[in-house]
Amino acid sequence: MQVSKQTFFGKLGLDTRLLGMIGALVVLWVMFDLITGGRFLTPRNLFNLSVQTASVAVMATGMVFVIVTRHIDLSVGSMLGFIGMTVAALQVHVLPDVFGLGHGAIWIVAALVAVLMGACIGAFQGWIIGYLTVPAFIVTLGGFLVYRGAMWWVTHGQTVAPLDPSFRLLGGGADGTLGETLSWGFGVFASVVAVVMMLMSRRRKAKHGFAMKPVWAEGILMVLVVGLVIGFVWVMNSYKIAKGALPRIAEARGVEMVDGLQLFHGVAIPVIILLLVTVVMTIISTRTRFGRYVYATGGNPEAAELSGINTRLLTVKIFALMGALTGISAVIASARLGAVDVGLGTLDELRVIAAAVIGGTALSGGFGTIYGAVIGALIMQSLQSGMASVGVDAPLQSIVVGIVLVFAVWIDIVYRRKTGA
Amino acid sequence: MNAQTPLVELKNMSIAFGGVHAVDDVSVDLYPGEVVGLLGHNGAGKSTLIKMLSGAYVGDGGEIRVNGERAEIKNPRDARSYNIETIYQTLALADNLDAASNLFLGRELLTAFGTVDDDAMEAETRKIMARLNPNFRKFAEPVSALSGGQRQSVAIARAVYFNARILIMDEPTAALGPQETQMVSELIKQLKAEGIGIFLISHDVHDVMDLCDRASVMKNGKLVDTVNIADVTDDELLSMIILGKRPGETRVEA
Repeated sequence: MQVSKQTFFGKLGLDTRLLGMIGALVVLWVMFDLITGGRFLTPRNLFNLSVQTASVAVMATGMVFVIVTRHIDLSVGSMLGFIGMTVAALQVHVLPDVFGLGHGAIWIVAALVAVLMGACIGAFQGWIIGYLTVPAFIVTLGGFLVYRGAMWWVTHGQTVAPLDPSFRLLGGGADGTLGETLSWGFGVFASVVAVVMMLMSRRRKAKHGFAMKPVWAEGILMVLVVGLVIGFVWVMNSYKIAKGALPRIAEARGVEMVDGLQLFHGVAIPVIILLLVTVVMTIISTRTRFGRYVYATGGNPEAAELSGINTRLLTVKIFALMGALTGISAVIASARLGAVDVGLGTLDELRVIAAAVIGGTALSGGFGTIYGAVIGALIMQSLQSGMASVGVDAPLQSIVVGIVLVFAVWIDIVYRRKTGA
Repeated sequence: MNAQTPLVELKNMSIAFGGVHAVDDVSVDLYPGEVVGLLGHNGAGKSTLIKMLSGAYVGDGGEIRVNGERAEIKNPRDARSYNIETIYQTLALADNLDAASNLFLGRELLTAFGTVDDDAMEAETRKIMARLNPNFRKFAEPVSALSGGQRQSVAIARAVYFNARILIMDEPTAALGPQETQMVSELIKQLKAEGIGIFLISHDVHDVMDLCDRASVMKNGKLVDTVNIADVTDDELLSMIILGKRPGETRVEA
């Protein structure tokens, strides 16, 4: 029984780690749903969960590269706060004077500045780490303090609000979604792309005469992927817009407001951003030279150097990428809240590191996947919002999350030892 | 002795680390199709000398000539551009990557879209391994799952695939069992027959007597002498290594 089961999943090409994480997620969800009497697995809660996960998950994909190369970045939470505050001040105090209040270019400029600012700060940290050879732990610990302080200076501690209305759409909420029709379109598009890519990979393998998965396994995988995508869209499209927001949303979507009108949320924009980031980062990690060098350097820095890889410049690039992703997360996090106070991003660095590590990124370097980090972020967020909805008080939440983190890493170590990876 | 231009000449090479002269005014050369052994105790400076040729270190003084022309080698990429390939004692492989990724590390094959072409690299790896080590099967596993000999054959395949003309082997059999050592010896003979020049770093006299045409012996960072293997005995070579005496010199108190 055990053996046939393993070969079944082996033929599907799914590794045990991925199955384990999905299993843990399902267990958590079912458990919370039972305890809350069916309030956890509702379209509404899953929508909120997806939006809350986005910011940390985006950064976690970058943290994978950082940790794979045996570094760490403790500064992302503070950096997120600093970037969020700067961009908030920019769009509230500066850009309206340039373009005029409510101008359509404000959110674009603000978002670009956020990403650029993150990339520059990250590159600078990476330069200190790579070229001046100060350990990443110290450099980013310094950054952790510096950016939190710098954030205060931007507005002398004042909260900046309200953010530009278009900018706020990037944070989700009732307005910040694709809407029903676009969501379905997105679901179909994503499914088609996934199936086409699986078919193309199969054709390439056939051309070289390599071993291929059995046709039935490939078929099951396709059904699973398409089912997951369409299922997700369906759930998001089942979350009704609340009565109070109905007239506003109807107007925004160009629907006539009539009695008995029902509108649904659809997939939130930050989730779309997260999915795009995940796809791009996965391509970078598995399909580009840069990604290959990240893993090679993590596995054996000396070998990478001797193979002609410029590992110093690589470090700069990795931290610049981490910074750019932090910029994206700063946009999502500040847009979601609609206002920025000096607490934005506090403790996010630990959530991000925990997500990457729970997702199977080894602190000893060389191993870690993008999808793992995203699922890791989802597990962390599920745990946190699940406990909140059950009514666990905040101190106990922290205790549980801390214990789960250590436990997950221990499981990972045992798994690695058994598989010899 | 040999009318051809040497493949490589290392002339008056020197390098010091914090006041210690690891290599002090050493000159060696290498001709096509020749295996030159570099012998000496640990710390004699043979690995350091060769790292200046492979681009891992930049020397303080001296000159490197490739095919009679002055060569500037400042990093491993420069060395590769002169078709100098190195197989390191520490087997410079990334343990977490598979054989193909290691073989092409730093020189990946790309698709038309500029992404790495893993399938093409695996196909090429299968081809070259079929020639070098037909029993090699573990193409999908990370190289940490390979035996010492299999890892060594990946390292050698890397050098051979990229048309090495000058091959540096740093203790290539140090971590291997007898059968695997035999396999590597056969490989060296095969490469030599193809006209590749090989520097073989070793502290095993028998290896050197077996495989090399000439041997350069180092002691305390200095060159003792370079001899034709045909002209010396094991014992003479050993006394060069241990006492730093040229063959024929009368033995003095050490």
